[in-house]
Amino acid sequence: MAEQQAKWLSCAEGGAGSEPGSLVRFARLEQLLDWGRANSLWPLTLGLACCAIEMMAAGAARFDLARFGAEVFRPSPRQADVMIVAGTVNWKMAGPIKTLYDQMLEPKWVIAFGNCAISGGPFVFPGQYAVVEGVDKLFPVDVHVPGCPPRPEALIEGILELEQKITGTRRWPRVKTA
Amino acid sequence: MSPGHPTDSSVSAAAPRETFVLNVGPQHPATHGVLRLKLTMDGEYVLHAEPVIGYAHRMHEKMGENRTYVQFLPNPSRIDYLSAMHYMHAYVCVVERALGIEVPPRAEYIRVITSELNRIASHLVWFGAFLLDLGAFTPLLYAFDDREKILDLLEAVTGSRLTYCYYRFGGLCNDVDEQFIEGTRAFVKHMRGRLGMYHKLVTENLILRKRLEGIGVISAELCRKYGATGPVLRGSGVPCDVRKLEPYSVYPEFEFDVPHFAEGDCMARYKVRMEEIAQSLRIIEQAIAKLPPGPVMAEKVPRVIKPPPGDYYFAVEAARGRFAIRLVSDGTEVPYRLKLRTPSFSNLALFGEAARGLLMQDALALLGSLDLVIPDVDR
Ligand code: SF4
Repeated sequence: MAEQQAKWLSCAEGGAGSEPGSLVRFARLEQLLDWGRANSLWPLTLGLACCAIEMMAAGAARFDLARFGAEVFRPSPRQADVMIVAGTVNWKMAGPIKTLYDQMLEPKWVIAFGNCAISGGPFVFPGQYAVVEGVDKLFPVDVHVPGCPPRPEALIEGILELEQKITGTRRWPRVKTA
Repeated sequence: MSPGHPTDSSVSAAAPRETFVLNVGPQHPATHGVLRLKLTMDGEYVLHAEPVIGYAHRMHEKMGENRTYVQFLPNPSRIDYLSAMHYMHAYVCVVERALGIEVPPRAEYIRVITSELNRIASHLVWFGAFLLDLGAFTPLLYAFDDREKILDLLEAVTGSRLTYCYYRFGGLCNDVDEQFIEGTRAFVKHMRGRLGMYHKLVTENLILRKRLEGIGVISAELCRKYGATGPVLRGSGVPCDVRKLEPYSVYPEFEFDVPHFAEGDCMARYKVRMEEIAQSLRIIEQAIAKLPPGPVMAEKVPRVIKPPPGDYYFAVEAARGRFAIRLVSDGTEVPYRLKLRTPSFSNLALFGEAARGLLMQDALALLGSLDLVIPDVDR
């Protein structure tokens, strides 16, 4: 029990490689900031298409994104840390979405949620004229979450992955598939 | 105050009436997706509203002309992802009509059950999101909790949570099991209780009534002008439902009412949808009781779908209104034209006229009560 508590504490402090044991801990300011950021990733409210419903489901009762501090959907890009691109981006929407990305304050991250955001998804065929084939054509993407639509659990996994990218440690052990 | 400075009252008397343009969207929490509104405002009042669409255009009609009938199967469920089953129903039925396929009764019954479950799920999302627009957060959590129960049932038979591709030309891709039947029965019972709770907590809430009653009145004449259907039209007092007027599938075998309220305000549309949930539960209950045994797939479905040349049409009652497909076949493996008539488009069209003269926040309540799905508007 005590051992496990110590493990959690060392996790929470984001001190990679620090000795578990006591509550008081010394860390570099950068590490502390990263720890804070990783635990309160505020996403931008940006529902584009079908995938947005799964994003809403992830924020609602059963999947409860609040457990990971990422449920505070902000309508204003100036208050958001992470842009979850949930749905199809077409060329008419490309301009506004690029503006939204530019308006977000640093540090900022992007999760491409769903096949459409990753590559254009099911709407890619020779001669297609509307869909942006992947939002990484517009701005850098940190985490890709595949699926059409991905399950809410997949979004949670994406958030955990992003946390790991920020702090260098993973909050929860990865589930091993047989 | 310096001499010669006008007093307050003289300012307001002499000031010109100034208007300004307010841009809402395309990224705005009240527009549910990527709709953009250009509102000309006089203070807090909307003088003129112009919806700008096309931010979620996804070429569904063009794709229809580019792929074979089977390859188009995943598309309908992504046009209006909240009522995926109804859209699939229209698509498979128009092709079945073209090919002259008889669908076994068991398959039709299961189609009705899954469609009605989907309708409830869709209305629950609307319920949560609409109240969120009005400033109530809690109902969303309850609504999504109930919706997850439906998704569990549907996921077990269809394999997906949202964009179901369950219907096939001539039937279904797999049969339902005892667990689904039991689960659906339990859900109907559960949902009846919840509906009572929703009415107690939300419908009779004074704040909600003040915000909805008499707000955003849409007349039946306005609906006719713009071709609005579904709960919007029924909220204006016209008992128009494709399931009753042009019966398809096995709907004539069930008893259900078409809820309609003559007031035409946001409250009427709210009540129509809540009442529709109750009616859907009624249909599901009857369909389960009568569910016949037998195959779920017609025997003679050709491997290569090549409908004879002609012009075919099929309409269903989706969660947002009348959805219809017009299919023009030239006898090849690829449709010549696939025209989609989507309800959200017509329902949005009347917004400009209905929002004139409303307060800003009432205009957004009106927008929420139309229950728009933007990719359904843009196709
Ligand atoms: S990936 Fe699939 S579910 Fe998501 S927006 Fe695209 S089509 Fe819709």
